Order: sequence, then structure tokens, then C-alpha cells
Amino acid sequence: MTKLTLAAALLAATTWGGTALAQQTLTMWYHGAGNDVEQKLIGEVIADFNASQTDWKVELQSFPQAAYNDSVVAGALAGNLPDILDVDGPNMPNWAWAGYMQPLKIDETKIAEFLPGTKGIWNGELYSIGLWDAAVAMVTRQSTLDALGLRTPTLDQPWTKDEFMDALAKAKASGTCEYALDLGMAWTGEWYPYAFSPFLQSFGGDIVDRSTYKTAEGALNGDAAMAFGEWWQSLFTDGYAQATQDPADRDGGFNAGKYCFSWNGNWAALGSLAAFDDVVFLPAPDFGNGPKIGAASWQFGVSAKSQHPEGAAAFIEFALQDKYLAAFSNGIGLIPATPSAAALTENYAPGGKLAVFFDLSSKQGLVRPVTPGYVVQAKVFEKAVADIANGADVAATLDAATDEINADIEKNNGYGH
Amino acid sequence: MASKFLVSNRTGWLMAGPSILLIAGFIVLPFLFAILFSFTNQRLVSPNAAEFVGFANYRQLLDVTTLTVEPERDASGAVVIEDGAPKYPSVRSLTRNNPDRPDLNGMREWFSFGHGDSRTYVLARDVVFMKALVNTFIFVLVVAPVQGGLALGLALLINQRLRGINVFRTIYFMPVVVSIVVVSLLWRFIYDGQSGLLNNLLGALSFGAIPKVDWLGNPSTALGAIIAMSIWQAVGFHMVIWLSGLQTISPTLYEAGAIEGASKWQTFRYITWPGLRNTAVLVLIVITMQAFALFAQIDVMTGGGPLDSTQTIVFQAVERGYGKQDISGGSTISVVLFVIVLSISLIQRWLTREKS
Repeated sequence: MTKLTLAAALLAATTWGGTALAQQTLTMWYHGAGNDVEQKLIGEVIADFNASQTDWKVELQSFPQAAYNDSVVAGALAGNLPDILDVDGPNMPNWAWAGYMQPLKIDETKIAEFLPGTKGIWNGELYSIGLWDAAVAMVTRQSTLDALGLRTPTLDQPWTKDEFMDALAKAKASGTCEYALDLGMAWTGEWYPYAFSPFLQSFGGDIVDRSTYKTAEGALNGDAAMAFGEWWQSLFTDGYAQATQDPADRDGGFNAGKYCFSWNGNWAALGSLAAFDDVVFLPAPDFGNGPKIGAASWQFGVSAKSQHPEGAAAFIEFALQDKYLAAFSNGIGLIPATPSAAALTENYAPGGKLAVFFDLSSKQGLVRPVTPGYVVQAKVFEKAVADIANGADVAATLDAATDEINADIEKNNGYGH
Repeated sequence: MASKFLVSNRTGWLMAGPSILLIAGFIVLPFLFAILFSFTNQRLVSPNAAEFVGFANYRQLLDVTTLTVEPERDASGAVVIEDGAPKYPSVRSLTRNNPDRPDLNGMREWFSFGHGDSRTYVLARDVVFMKALVNTFIFVLVVAPVQGGLALGLALLINQRLRGINVFRTIYFMPVVVSIVVVSLLWRFIYDGQSGLLNNLLGALSFGAIPKVDWLGNPSTALGAIIAMSIWQAVGFHMVIWLSGLQTISPTLYEAGAIEGASKWQTFRYITWPGLRNTAVLVLIVITMQAFALFAQIDVMTGGGPLDSTQTIVFQAVERGYGKQDISGGSTISVVLFVIVLSISLIQRWLTREKS
């Protein structure tokens, strides 16, 4: 007992001695409060970094994901941001434009191998970098494909629109599942633009005209977008999918056999693999302009207010090691950002159960519009898609969404484009 | 007089001071800012300095106009009939990029009505806000009388000397104690379209004759569902106010009434109701103001959908000011709401004034 106390006192003394050196404290905000696994992983990275050198000491402050963005905006308005920020990829341009973030100065060669979606580039400069990416796939079972007599689509030869609609029609007619398609309508918020705008982009439209980022006219209400809207509405009017979905059905419906196909992310893949032994992850269908899925997940960057950007960059560079990328992937099922990290993981290594997501991310991934206006555009798009699903007039809805996005861009003097 | 002002009022000011400071800091000042911001293009997140824009935000929000169109005619001049009704040109073709009517650009159909052959469209620049206005007024017009009446009924029920009456008082008051966010989450399960409690209950009572309804996912039932749940949640609060009013009525009046042989209805009509006058005014005004502030239920249960059937004024103010980072737009809505609530309160006070 006394020995133990003595040891503890010694340990305390040495730790005290360690911190007493001229270490500069860096604060970091992270969105993972409430997720124990994630907390433990980020805690390990920070502990390793703090132990690896004597110049910097990173201190973590965690927020629940749902309150994270609000906390950063409130912190910025109060002039109180940390040194290191965690930022959702599509939000980064907004924060960079608003002056919350500064360019991230790290060795470019270190991120050469990173998946394109993990690099947060705005105005030609790198602002943030992600340790992982996320990807969405059309989840189904091999037995379902066989029973319906469907071709298994591949990355090189995804389903065409007609093949996809044929698959839905056959699934509905077979009666094996309650609904042919689970789109995840219960997941409101960013899921809508993340998961559904790639359909629009595959039709040839977009949320905003990416050549100028100054208007949505023609992109969100052009012929391609109208075709997307009519198709989207038909999914619900033809009874393939539910416009309003029970959240419990989203989380467990496919695994319970309620849906034949599920449009879901890699984070849910392990659950499906546990439920069925013949789950397959199919690439997005090609609606005419190539198959597309959303890219970019949470990333790390340096706040504009940081007095020590070199320290913050040093931490971020430290965190980019393959072993951490692999640890996050193993811990919470995310796609590691590099092929070499993927090789270290159980599921994403070549031949692994989820390796297909790595390929999906690199081949089909398309980042959401890289503009500070995306934050508003995402909300407008979400409402338009939900309204159309609920039966609103397609042309009028997309026109109204276009007008709202254009008015917002105008109100912000073009968002610096 | 001077001494009275200095001496008696010192204690008064000391007591009022903290609340005056808090109200000034957290209500009056922000509201003055809201009025100021509603004349600018202030953003929540932006490197651009705010500019004065005059009444542009109000015009954007409140602009309404009508457009009367004639049905389409074929070459012979006869009205084109489609699906048994005359066919009209689409509103979109008339408002978007129409060189004859540049003033209609950006306006959308709010609702329309036909008279004779022609059809009149009421166009609004901000249809969602118009729907939010209408929904909020429907909510207030239903909730104020129903909730006030139910609360009075409950108060009369529990204002009796019965054994264990406190148990009933507690039960009726309980929903008030629970946070409205928690109540909303719970009622989302009750209203669930698949296996919700309400659907199961109706199904069991009718032996399956009543089909399952997606209460919150159906534009025709969503607002009604939220109204019912809101009335249930806050009725206990107003019941307590009614109860306190009932207990201020002197028992001697009831005794006198009993001696005179008054019926139950006469007792209520000529003793209870006149005695509750001031309470009634208070309850009515409080319910009205609370009902105009409808937000949490919408935010948790429907997010304004489906098809804008549950949009409300405060939800729109928050959605724009915070969600879409448009502080000036949100402020404008807040000012409009303030003017509406103030006018209605003044009208209510005038209608319920003491007539001497």
C-alpha cells in the first residue's frame, strides 16, 4: 500500500517535472463527445503527441456532434476559438471565408496519397485534412440479386438508371420485402445533401453551378435537375420508398429484412455484415453523367485566432500517421485516408470485407460544392428534396430553391468567388 | 411627495433592479438589435460588414400580389379542357423571366381560386412565411379557447373536497413539469405511423377497422397532431391558474347561492364565472402569447414539414437567423411577430376592459 502511494507520488512528481518545461499549450475542439471509442482514439493520438516532443501540449475539449458547429460559430462570435479545430468537410469553406480558419501549413508530400475527399481545399489553399473519409453504397444481399435475376453491378460497370429501376420494380413485385428501397429519409439534416445530391449530379445537375458558384440557375432547375426531380418523386409515388420513415426502420430495417436495397454508409456496414452473411455493397447507379457518391467527412484544421499555427500543424501532421488512420478505421468503421493505412486495417485491406468502400470513395466520390454558401445551400436542397418526396410540384419547388440560393449568394456579395 | 419617491421607492427599485437589468440585457437590448438588424443585411457568419438596406427585408417577407389568368384556348377559341377542368398556363411560365412582368420574378403561388372562366392566383414572394403565418394563427385560434376551456373544466373538477384530490391535481399538472422537448420526443413515438401507440390503440379499439395513419408525416394531420399534443402538455399550467382564481371566490357567495336554491349552472353562471373575470383575461392573454411562440414541438417533431404544413413564425425565425445564417431575415420575422402579438394583446385588453 505504502509502496503504491510512493510510486504514485513519484509518478506525479515526474509528470509534474515534465510539464514544468516550457511547453506551449494548444487547445483543440472535437465533435466526438458521447462516443467513448472515438474519445479514446483521439485521446491516444493526443497523449502520444504530447509525449513525443517537448514544445507543445495539446488539450482536448469535446462537444456532442449535434452541438459542435453551433459551438464553433458561438465561439468565433465571442472571439474565443481553440488552436486546432475539427471541421466537417463541406463546412470548411464557410469557416475559412468567415475568417475562423487559416491555411494549414503541412508537408504536401505527407498527404500525396490521401483520398481526394479528405483534403479540404478552398481558394487554392489547403485548410483542413481528414484522417478518414466516408462512402455510401447500395447495400443488398447476393441472394436477393440472384432471386430477382439481377446483374451484379461493378465499379467499372455500375447499373444504369434503367437497370436500377428494373431492380426496384422486380424487388417490389417479388414481395420479399416491405419496401424495395431504404433511402434513409428518417435521417434529416446533412444526410440529405450528402446522400441525395450525388443522384442529382449523376443526372447532370447540381446544387449550384460549380463553374462560377455565383448562381444555381440552370444547375438546380435545369432540364437535368427536372429529370432528377421527376425520378425522385416517382420513387415515392410508385411505392418503392417511404417519404417519411420511422427512425428505427432506418437503423435496423434492412438488417431485419424489411428492405431489399438500402442506400447507406460504410459506418453501418459492419451491422449489416453481422445480420446477413451474403451482404454486398454495390456502387451508385449511373443516371447518365457517371455514378457519384458524396465525399469528405470530418477534418482537422487550424483556427485563425491561433497564436501557434506551427504547433497546431505539427499536431495535425503527427495525427496523419497510418497507425492512427487505421486505429480510427478499426474503432469506428471509417474509411482510412490512405491505401497504406487501409492495408493495416482488418476490413479495408485489399480483400477485406469493406475494401469496396475504399474504391468507391476514390472512384465515385465527389465533394459537395466547395463554397461558403454551401451551409445555406444544403438546407435549401434538403427542404426541396423532402418537399418533392412529399408530393410537391417538381418544377415549382426546384425554381423556388434556385431563387432562394441565388438570393443568398447575392446577399453575401458572391461569397468571395 | 419627494420623500415618498426617495424612501418608499428605494426598496422598490432595489427589488425590481435585478429583474430590470436581466430583462434589459436579455430581452430589451437584443430586441432593439433585432429591429436594427431588420433594416440591414446582417449575417451570422460573414466577413462582410452589414449594410443598410431599408425595408428590403420586409418587402421580401411580406410582398403579396394577385394575378388573374384566362384559360388556354385552342385555335378555334374554345377553352382547352384537361382532366375535366379548364387548363391554365403554369404560374412558373408567367413569373419566371417574364419580360412583361419583371415585378413577379421570384414570386410563387400561395393559393388560387377560380371565378367564371378565369383563375386568380395569389402570389407571395415568401410562400413559406405566409404558410407559417397561417399555421400559427390556426394554432392560436384552436389552442387558446380549447386549452383555456379544458383547463377551466379540470380546475372545476379538482376544486372539490374529495379524498385524494391531490393525486388528481398532480396527475393533471404532471405534463407541465416535463420539458417540452422530452414531451415532443415521446409524442413522436405515440404518433409513429407504423407501430405508434395511437395507431395501435385506434386499431385495437376498432378491431383493425381504422387504418394506420402517419400522423406527423401527413400534411393533413401533422398540424392537428401538434395542436392536440400542445394542448395536453400545457393544460395543467392554466388549470392551476384557474384553480387559484376559483379559490379567491368567497365561500359565502356559494352559501348564499345554496340558500337561495341556485342550480349548479346558475351558481357557475352568476357566482363562479364573474368571480373569474380577471383570471380569464390573464389565462387568455398568456395562452395566446405562448401559442404564438410555438417552436420546440415543431423543431423536434416535424421540422416544419411535411410540405410546410407545420411551419410556424418562430420556427422560421430560428431556421433563417441561425440555420441559414441570415440574422437580418430572422430579425425581420421577429419584429413582425412582435407587432402581431402586441396588436392582439392590445385588442384583447380593450375587449376585456373593465366597463364602468
